Amino acid sequence: MAKSHKPVVWFPFAAGGTVIAFCIPVIVVLTFLAALGHVPAGLSYEKMHAFAASGLGKLIIFGVVSLSLWSSAHRLRCTCYDFGLRADTLAATILYVAAITGSLAAAVFLLRI
Amino acid sequence: MSNSPPRSQPPLAAPHGGAAASLGRPGGSSERIVQLEVLRYNPDTDTEAHFQRYEVVCQEEWVVLDALNKVKADIDPTLNYRWSCHMAVCGSCGMMINGEPKLSCHAFLRDYEGVIRVEPLAHFPVERDLVTAPDDFMEKLKRVKPYLIPKEEKPISAGEYKQTPAQLMKFRQYSMCINCMLCYAACPEYGLTPGFIGPAALTLAHRYNQDSRDGGRAERQEVVATHEGVWECTFVGACSEVCPAHVDPASALQQMKITSSIDWIVEHLIPGGKSARDTASREDAGDIS
Amino acid sequence: MSRNPLVREVPPTSWFFRHPRYMRYMAREITCIFIGAYCVLLVVGLQRLAAGPAAWEGFLLGLRSADSIVFHLLALVAAFYHAATWFNATQKAMPLQIGEDFVPGNLISGAHYAVWVVLSLVVLFLAGVF
Repeated sequence: MAKSHKPVVWFPFAAGGTVIAFCIPVIVVLTFLAALGHVPAGLSYEKMHAFAASGLGKLIIFGVVSLSLWSSAHRLRCTCYDFGLRADTLAATILYVAAITGSLAAAVFLLRI
Repeated sequence: MSNSPPRSQPPLAAPHGGAAASLGRPGGSSERIVQLEVLRYNPDTDTEAHFQRYEVVCQEEWVVLDALNKVKADIDPTLNYRWSCHMAVCGSCGMMINGEPKLSCHAFLRDYEGVIRVEPLAHFPVERDLVTAPDDFMEKLKRVKPYLIPKEEKPISAGEYKQTPAQLMKFRQYSMCINCMLCYAACPEYGLTPGFIGPAALTLAHRYNQDSRDGGRAERQEVVATHEGVWECTFVGACSEVCPAHVDPASALQQMKITSSIDWIVEHLIPGGKSARDTASREDAGDIS
Repeated sequence: MSRNPLVREVPPTSWFFRHPRYMRYMAREITCIFIGAYCVLLVVGLQRLAAGPAAWEGFLLGLRSADSIVFHLLALVAAFYHAATWFNATQKAMPLQIGEDFVPGNLISGAHYAVWVVLSLVVLFLAGVF
């Protein structure tokens, strides 16, 4: 039995899981405040645009979004199996392609800013 | 067993001990009638398993194994189950007790109310009644080479392979495994994907990989780093929760996922990167020998 | 003696109802659905941000619906549950041996929680929440 190439998908999953744990809760809090009508000053167009226009800002946003997407896609692939869906290759293909598409879209939008 | 209180003699003090002779010790503990619901399966006549109810007079401080021994001695000699040491060391009396993988010698009646349901270990074929077939685990255990593969052979005259206390502590926890297979009965991924090498065998591979005297990691990686090795694990963590020896298989497997991933990067992404075989022998270089 | 072992199959679609710890595991795994959906919302937000001030204001206004508030609550619970399970697992994935002894696991997880709280407070401060 050959060694597995699972590290290719697992490493970004582990990195993304860490990013989600550290970053996503506070980001959800920010947009939740906006949803409640209390838009934080930092979410104004000027502030957000300035942040996304900087190189560091682009890097942070892209890193958080793409790794979180990948991590969620990989975990959902495993969850599909746990729920009894045995078409693992199909689930993996669809979910990974979706995550990569989302990341590419994020990159394109960031480059437009 | 560190926390077991003194208790009266079980009905069978040893496999060949005198039955019932020690029952009803005067001035002893209180009696209690326990309802046991035991899964029965006779391979010669049955196509399905069924539950059989036993009413057993027990001492309050007995364990479930004592109650089974009482059934076997006084009520139904056809009941089959494995046990040996009665002190959570041998690992042969693992059963599902109210759905939880337990050593039946370590499952105290006082912790249970109402009917106690006793089944053979989950995820293993049932040989007869509470006896399961451990063949699959035994085969997998062999595959991970759970023994020292010396980094360097040396003649006896060259003296012993020395180890510092810190080097011992690095793997000591993982050497406490008693091969009771409770972790396999707890692991849903093993139940769903029987090809999975599983918690105990992989943890024993980790135990030897972590040993400063060992040089066999590259050989074990041929099994550990496959799909059926660590990559079938989704870190449910049930294995560590049920382990009676306080081994932490979930931790061992997570660590092996990380090292296997680093191996992969070294082998595939770094130009001229060493194979796991080389890294394994290089990693521990410099330790005392 | 001939062998005729009985194989008891695991029900592939309902095994997790067998034990509370399996339910906790599935709860942890299911957080990924809400977090993944929230990431899609972030990508949409980026698209709106790139489209100009009006589009961004529209995006922020669009968040103020009952559906959005319910979704945010679910995502919030999922994100916090993921974070807690992830930090608790760090001590298993990365045990740390100093000298003979291993650093207590709670210290490793606790350090992650501490960094998390500080980082979150810094982000909230930079975002002008307080």
